[in-house]
Amino acid sequence: MTEDTTEQTHESGSEFERQPVPQSALLGFKSFIGMYAGEHCAGTELMIGPLFVACGVSAFDLIAGLLFGNALAVLSWMLFCAPIATRARLTLYYQLEKICGRYLVILYNLANGVMFCFLAGAMITVAATALGVWFKFKMPGLNDIYPNSLGWVVAVLSIGVLIAIVAAKGYKMVAKFANIAAPWMVLVFLAFGIVGLAQFISATGVEIHSLSDLWTLAKTNIWKGGEPLAGKVKFTFWHVCFFAWFCNMAMHIGMSDLSVFRFAKKSWYAVASGAGMYVGHFMAWISASILYAYQLHGDPTNTDVLPGPLAYRACGICGLICVIIAGWTTANPTIYRAGLAFQAIMPKVSRFKVTLVTGLIATIAAMFPWFAMKLLDFVMFYGMLLMPMGAVIFVDFWLIKKFGLQSNYAELSRKHFNWAAGLAWFITLAVCAWLVLTDRIQIYFVSLPGWFVTAAIYVILSKLYQKKLRPAV
Amino acid sequence: MKQIAKYIALITLLILIAPSILFLTDQMPLPAVKTTMLVATIGWFILATIWMWKEPET
Repeated sequence: MTEDTTEQTHESGSEFERQPVPQSALLGFKSFIGMYAGEHCAGTELMIGPLFVACGVSAFDLIAGLLFGNALAVLSWMLFCAPIATRARLTLYYQLEKICGRYLVILYNLANGVMFCFLAGAMITVAATALGVWFKFKMPGLNDIYPNSLGWVVAVLSIGVLIAIVAAKGYKMVAKFANIAAPWMVLVFLAFGIVGLAQFISATGVEIHSLSDLWTLAKTNIWKGGEPLAGKVKFTFWHVCFFAWFCNMAMHIGMSDLSVFRFAKKSWYAVASGAGMYVGHFMAWISASILYAYQLHGDPTNTDVLPGPLAYRACGICGLICVIIAGWTTANPTIYRAGLAFQAIMPKVSRFKVTLVTGLIATIAAMFPWFAMKLLDFVMFYGMLLMPMGAVIFVDFWLIKKFGLQSNYAELSRKHFNWAAGLAWFITLAVCAWLVLTDRIQIYFVSLPGWFVTAAIYVILSKLYQKKLRPAV
Repeated sequence: MKQIAKYIALITLLILIAPSILFLTDQMPLPAVKTTMLVATIGWFILATIWMWKEPET
């Protein structure tokens, strides 16, 4: 659920930050398959799968919702992000700067950096749960908000500080290690699911002779549906579908992956994102959810979502190593990227200091289990926050000239802040927040109408704004 | 050397996933699954590092 890809591509193509990627630097299809397959098997997958079960999801809703939602996510990369990326061949930041102006990009960086911080915090939380198995300190429960033991705080601090220092020193070494770990990690996630399934068969005593028997086991014992656990929203097919579609919204509809697909020879290469979706957001989520369902089957009062103990019960020390590596290798680039986003706002402060402080903020966030236990809502909020800028880019690239308006208005008018884009962003967020806070629409769905709200506001305000300031062309 | 490491590393991946399938078909007990997976993990990280690690070109 994270993306090394952007950074790896940034690393390899940093010389193209303010110019289109030339033909000679374009990458083949296989490069994108590898990138996406590896990056979406992250530590947070071990939280998301169990949280689906905590939300009372049924077998059909989970499987069908993930199949359909992940397909929509792949289509979003193919139809929204990649066509613009392969035509403009610019980074997200440069594309945004041309449309919105430098100051609005700074604001975007700030929002992005803060979100990365908390996401990295959730990854550190996941890794720390593995230490709990070894050192046997008290770990947080499903509805805990604050840290509940000194051991937990020390474990998070140890892992978080280590990750922050490594990220501050530059994460290339970790990126290499992550590449080596990726195939191993995918198979350990698969093993979680297979072992969990075998444990279920053994515990229930059912005989499996056909797919129909397996489906009956899934419906009646693993994903039984029914009421969610206390404090959780009931998940239906639509919740699962929209979650799978929008959990990477910042990357596809939000256009963050323009920076990745600007290197693609053809826009259809974005179909490679399917490798990440169906490995990480299908197989890994299902595997992790089976482990948690098995825990609840054994002891319905044990509702703790703790990837460390879950993985240990299934695969022993190998499982614990997987939890630590999955958390570590994905938290590292996330902190590094958050540091870069903040450094863009404070260019005079060294990257080392900014990244270190960013890592420490993520570590403090990780001490509060609330962020990890509310990961489903947090991920949706992340997508909602950055989605409007993707809508602005989409409208500016494809539609705005059809309304007799200028695209790339900030660049043409030499404005540092395109108010039409800025207000479209702020008003959309206000409308979405109002809809969610007044219980009119749940956060899982609000980004869909939100996209159209942004698009409409951007066009209307550009009509007013550009009328006054229309530059000579 | 890298070629040999590559082929043995790929075998360790098979050894990593096979125990879980054997456990599913009731042919291996869980403690043995866990031990085999740990051994395969150690093997993978040693061999894959030899195979995949690339020092930056100078």
